[in-house]
Amino acid sequence: MTARIGVVVFPGSNCEHDVVKAIGLVAPGNAQGELVWHGARTLAGYDAVVLPGGFAYGDYLRPGAIARFSPVMEAVAKYAADGGPVVGICNGFQVLTEAGLLPGALQKNRGLRFLCTTVDVEVGTTRSALTGALEPGTRLRLPINHFEGNYTADAATIARLRDEDRVVLRYTNNPNGSLDDIAGVCNEEGNVVGLMPHPERACDAMTGSTDGTGLVRSLVQVAAHGLGQPVTP
Amino acid sequence: MEVRLRPGIADPQGATIERALPALGFDTVEAVRVGKAFRLRVDAADEESARRRVVEMADRLLANPVIEESAIRAMTPVSPGDGTSAAREDADFPKPAAR
Repeated sequence: MTARIGVVVFPGSNCEHDVVKAIGLVAPGNAQGELVWHGARTLAGYDAVVLPGGFAYGDYLRPGAIARFSPVMEAVAKYAADGGPVVGICNGFQVLTEAGLLPGALQKNRGLRFLCTTVDVEVGTTRSALTGALEPGTRLRLPINHFEGNYTADAATIARLRDEDRVVLRYTNNPNGSLDDIAGVCNEEGNVVGLMPHPERACDAMTGSTDGTGLVRSLVQVAAHGLGQPVTP
Repeated sequence: MEVRLRPGIADPQGATIERALPALGFDTVEAVRVGKAFRLRVDAADEESARRRVVEMADRLLANPVIEESAIRAMTPVSPGDGTSAAREDADFPKPAAR
């Protein structure tokens, strides 16, 4: 059976087609991405949900601040509470923190530059919906493309993320000032994940790297079999 | 309403401005913090209820409580139907003097 992964489109999202394409490249026949307009009030029938990158609502006020009140976000919150896999990439990560589905906040980059480059990250926990098919410590080369990617939280939250093994990805050479080099985190259960790098842009050799395939494949496997099931590396 | 970063939260904009000012000869400035100012006209029975609503707005939308805090100031006591409020607002924020 083909797993269905809903890719939410907010006004101003711009990576939704890349995510759909990446899913098709990584898991042809096993999973397909389907666009879901942000006005949707239910996510019934989807095996996973992705909030893609972009500039939802023009990033007005703060990135994600308006998008979090889109009708679909109530459905996302319920879907996540029921254990459904939810992944926010870049702007999607910002939406998840604004919605309180992930801790912390993403501030302007240290140095105040918009960063459009490729960085190395290291896989932290492998119990998340995005890293089940990978080994801890695996190095990945992934594109980043953001102005507000500087992960910030109070010291207690950073300590808790560390103690509870909830850091999904860490920069090896911190590009934006993120505390504890955090590039991605997950919730306690591991089913909600947010990350600033773009794995969907690293799934085709033509675009320079295929290091994103392991992350996308992890999500596809969780969509197909559920979180915590054995996965094929 | 002023929305500002909580004490202890790093402020990349403030830090950059603080580094830029000495280059212009302003070398006696420290602790620069950048925030946002919102001006709202609120229809309410009295200042207290207007204030309560604005605090709610800050908590739910205008500030991100994870990293920001807000401070509210009533700019001008406006009575219902007082058509002069706009003029009085402008008085609070006078236009810069002509150079």
